[in-house]
Amino acid sequence: MSEIIIVPHAKIYAYILEKFSDGFNYLLDITAIDYSEYIIKQEEDFALVYILRHENFKEHLVLKTYLPELKIETISDVFKGADWLEREVYDQYGITFVNHPNLRRILNHKEFIGHPLCKSYPITKGQFLYETDDLLDEMNNRLLSKSVVCKLESGSFSECNKDLMFLNLGPSHPASHGTIRTFVALDGETIECAVSEIGYLHRGFEKSCENHTYNQIVPYTDRLNYCSAISNNIAFVKAVEEMLGVAINERIQAIRVMLLELSRIEDHVVCLAAVLVDMGGLTNYWYMYNPREDIYDLLSKLTGARLTNSYMRVGGMANDLYEGFEADLQEVIKKVQYGVAQTLSLIKHNRIFHDRTQNVGVISAENAISYAMTGPNLRATGVAFDMRKDAPYYGYEKYKFDVVVGSVGDVYDRVMVRFGEIDESIKIINQVMQNLPEGEINVKNASIALPKKEAVYTTIEGAMNQFKLTFEGVKVPLGEHYSSIEATNGELGFFIVSDGSGTPYKVKVKAPSFTAMSAYPEIVEGGQLADAILTLGSLNIIAGEMDR
Amino acid sequence: MELNSPSLEVAITTTLDEAIGWARESSLWPMIFGTACCAIEFMSVAASKYDISRFGAEVVRFSPRQADLLIVAGTITYKQAPILKQIYEQMSEPKWVISMGACACSGGFYDNYTTLQGIDEIIPVDLYVGGCPPRPEALIDALLSLQNDLRTNKYNPNRHKDFKGRLDHV
Repeated sequence: MSEIIIVPHAKIYAYILEKFSDGFNYLLDITAIDYSEYIIKQEEDFALVYILRHENFKEHLVLKTYLPELKIETISDVFKGADWLEREVYDQYGITFVNHPNLRRILNHKEFIGHPLCKSYPITKGQFLYETDDLLDEMNNRLLSKSVVCKLESGSFSECNKDLMFLNLGPSHPASHGTIRTFVALDGETIECAVSEIGYLHRGFEKSCENHTYNQIVPYTDRLNYCSAISNNIAFVKAVEEMLGVAINERIQAIRVMLLELSRIEDHVVCLAAVLVDMGGLTNYWYMYNPREDIYDLLSKLTGARLTNSYMRVGGMANDLYEGFEADLQEVIKKVQYGVAQTLSLIKHNRIFHDRTQNVGVISAENAISYAMTGPNLRATGVAFDMRKDAPYYGYEKYKFDVVVGSVGDVYDRVMVRFGEIDESIKIINQVMQNLPEGEINVKNASIALPKKEAVYTTIEGAMNQFKLTFEGVKVPLGEHYSSIEATNGELGFFIVSDGSGTPYKVKVKAPSFTAMSAYPEIVEGGQLADAILTLGSLNIIAGEMDR
Repeated sequence: MELNSPSLEVAITTTLDEAIGWARESSLWPMIFGTACCAIEFMSVAASKYDISRFGAEVVRFSPRQADLLIVAGTITYKQAPILKQIYEQMSEPKWVISMGACACSGGFYDNYTTLQGIDEIIPVDLYVGGCPPRPEALIDALLSLQNDLRTNKYNPNRHKDFKGRLDHV
């Protein structure tokens, strides 16, 4: 279980500021817990949780503060990333952040009444939206803050000195990658101001977790970042296993590392294919997407599903590697390498590609950290933060690989970092497969792993064990825990509160796409409209993970 | 046979319908309303291995005004619903709707406060494709079945005339 520091609510701002100057300058997540139905009576019904990471990237801190009233000071002036995170807490729990610049709903729609993650809100109570938010008030505030217009004494706005045109990019737009909406004010082709609206794919993952058992949640995690489903499975079961205090053997660890890296490749190829299509380079799509199909074939042979694999279980995985897996894997890797080589031969020395991507959509390292960007997007700015090196798990320290970093933080760097990471992932996969340990693929613990089928059919103990584990779930000890891995888009973390039963009391995902998206309006402002499209593609925003 | 004889009239109408059906069958222009995982599977349908262009439906247009087949691929939330309705209304007749995947058909396993329990609460649907997500073959099967119905003129243009969605009263 994570060590949790309890801070009085009046001192939380000062405490975070103090920790900030001690080097905890990276805000991973903010969330709240509604304790009103918790098995042990807590000081107050609501508590806020802040998760911070040190600038050495090795340590993290979990702070908790109990709230006597649903109000607390904002920390959005300390961390830029806190802006959206606090809005989410306000939206889901109704906690007000005093002095927050733009406290409004973010995931749920504007006509929504109530706060769905409160325990008193019924899970199936849906509310129709009749009219989409026009975002004009948010845009006005943004225009004011950038001094494009000024406020007159009469309360109205001054004449704008520019001929602005307002345009919606999304949510139904081919380049918005599904469901992201950005409302822009254009001066010619230049974006003067941008505001983004998310939540169009908010499918209530966190609320659904509260009425499913731990293993039933695994299929839900598939659909967070659906481009690399298995890495979400692994992040979740890793958090649960750590709460259980169960050690998994080297074979399970090695297979998980290999599948994490394969997922990374799978995700990067689709991101790169899409960003090159956004640029007009359609040929690359075929080169990059075909190896993805080969990965699908391999995974469906292994797990039974192409995209949403649900391969992991608490304490292990669904089944072992099949005979001949390694040969198939080598074949797939060859095809990935071929696709990457062909694509690079088309773009590496291509003037159009360079002109379209270099010094476009730039974010500085300092800003990226303030927005709590992670993964390839952060590494593209030159910050070598990689959980696999800085806080290794599953024996990553044994494998030889490099952390690929950029220097400018532009679209070019983000694309090239991903190309580099595909190579590094292949290196890791090869090292794992050369030395794959033998062993069981599930922990030997009747209260965690399902019994063997023959035991279920022939013995009463086996049948009861199967029944109890399936219906009641794996019983996780009382406590609160944060755990994370280096997923494709960066640090993917799960904060789980357990009340000792087979169902989590609360689950919160620290989603890398969420924080990356919060930086997007600032990145695209001042740039060209067509470059905003490329920037979005290169950040690899996956709506399922961002909106949850 | 005289030109105004009833039997000839029938023969001519049938032939014209057949000609239209044949033309429609092989020139479906899909508009992808892709929101989630199913949209990634649609990418596979469009890519070279499954290649939807073999069936004459590869002209994927993201403008609803140019499309006649709406493929809703992915979860539709209450927040997204008015946009889906607007896109559907912007498409000109004749138009068809394929609901791809469990979420679009019924809300799937997202039975909660934010997910629309099936797009047919908002817009009329012609074909439902199950699966979470469906395999590319399943979507191609739906397309072929739609084409078959178009060829044989099974679709009544007034089939959704009485449809009333949950957002229609406003």
